[in-house]
Amino acid sequence: MDKTVPDLAAAIAGIDDGMTLMIGGFGGAGAPIELIHALIDRFKATGRPGNLTLINNNAGNGRIGIAAMIDAGMVSKMVCSFPRSSDPRAFTEKYLAGEIALELVPQGTLAERIRAGGAGIPAFYTPTSFGTDLAAGKPTAEFEGRMYVEERWLKADAALLKAERADTMGNLTYRKAARNFSPLMAAAARLTIVQASEVVAPGEIDPEQVITPGIFVTRVVVVPAPQQEEALIRVGAAYQ
Amino acid sequence: MSKLSNAQIAWRAAQDIEDGAYVNLGIGFPEMVAKFQPPGRQAIFHTENGILNFGESPAEGEEDWDLINAGKKAVTLRPGAAFFHHADSFAMVRGGHLDVAILGTYEVAENGDLANWSTGPKGVPAVGGAMDLVHGAKRVAVITDHVTKDGRPKLVKRCSLPLTGVGCVTRVYSSLAVIDIEAGRFVLREKLAGMSIDELQAVTGAELLVTANVGDLVTPEL
Repeated sequence: MDKTVPDLAAAIAGIDDGMTLMIGGFGGAGAPIELIHALIDRFKATGRPGNLTLINNNAGNGRIGIAAMIDAGMVSKMVCSFPRSSDPRAFTEKYLAGEIALELVPQGTLAERIRAGGAGIPAFYTPTSFGTDLAAGKPTAEFEGRMYVEERWLKADAALLKAERADTMGNLTYRKAARNFSPLMAAAARLTIVQASEVVAPGEIDPEQVITPGIFVTRVVVVPAPQQEEALIRVGAAYQ
Repeated sequence: MSKLSNAQIAWRAAQDIEDGAYVNLGIGFPEMVAKFQPPGRQAIFHTENGILNFGESPAEGEEDWDLINAGKKAVTLRPGAAFFHHADSFAMVRGGHLDVAILGTYEVAENGDLANWSTGPKGVPAVGGAMDLVHGAKRVAVITDHVTKDGRPKLVKRCSLPLTGVGCVTRVYSSLAVIDIEAGRFVLREKLAGMSIDELQAVTGAELLVTANVGDLVTPEL
């Protein structure tokens, strides 16, 4: 079994108009910049994929990564907890112009909905958001004297993730706090695409250290020395 | 009227954090609480994005942007730190594993309702982890100026802004007082020595329950 593909274009094959994509990362930590930019390259060359729904904690920063996808006009909806950043222009302008939809989800509920999607759990109850505007219209129930809100799973057509090390079977480790949503998203997407700084042979990652088992991973592409979103923001980078 | 600085409010909140407590500090002003841990006590700080036991910011130029807190600021690790994914992180939050969460606020009501995520329908709404953090921690405390910039009470009978959580706050550390929320009432614990109870009541939007043992709110100059 070998899940590696030769380049970024091969890694993103099959992502098409109208799909829902989960994109790993919390701010810049874990953002798969090279995979995102490869998707933008394809959109610029072919006009596809557009009309995308993106699931991420944030809604892009500056003029790179998710913000550059929004700028390019590829995104019709964001599902996120915090659509603000040090430079939120890309999302803010389109949102205030009514050109992009927003489903705002509390961060822990977002994580658990993605986890549920990957675990085959259609719905669950959480205390989060009970009695607030974000629970409007959702079923509620009492358990042990306390009120809870029903939330539904989140699934995606594809996930774009950044790992530190992968083996060719798709087992993954992550770097520091760049892990965040990625292990959850890996399980919740039909097509899980991973860029890894290093790809090694099976057995070279200690099984005790594997964070995401390869069963959740479809494709792996090696991207040595990947760009870091926050570092790019700080030098004012733009991807066009 | 003199009042505590933000640093002094943060200092006072830090005095109630026990040695070894697991603590989440909201982004912004509450992050300052970490600087004022009493000598000999070491809390373990949790951040939503998947770190337990992170430490101070690194020196400028030493940042590792894969090592950040929920406010996207660069942090460092202390010995015994751990990384985990977002679902585990919020299991710590909602599952009752944190001892204390300390948050900022726009309004807090005598029934424990908190409004700290939205000032209304204008602009782009953003909630982050605020609605999760108010559920699960054994103590949910708020640090805040006692009144808004234009002098209106932030401690109110009922919140007028969109709620973050219902009946969730247990203690308020303000620029004028320390107030517990018990059985739907503001219970005064400490106030600035130079201030009368009537003066404090005049800038508080709901009735203060005054028991026999109201202490002086004393902090160092910071």
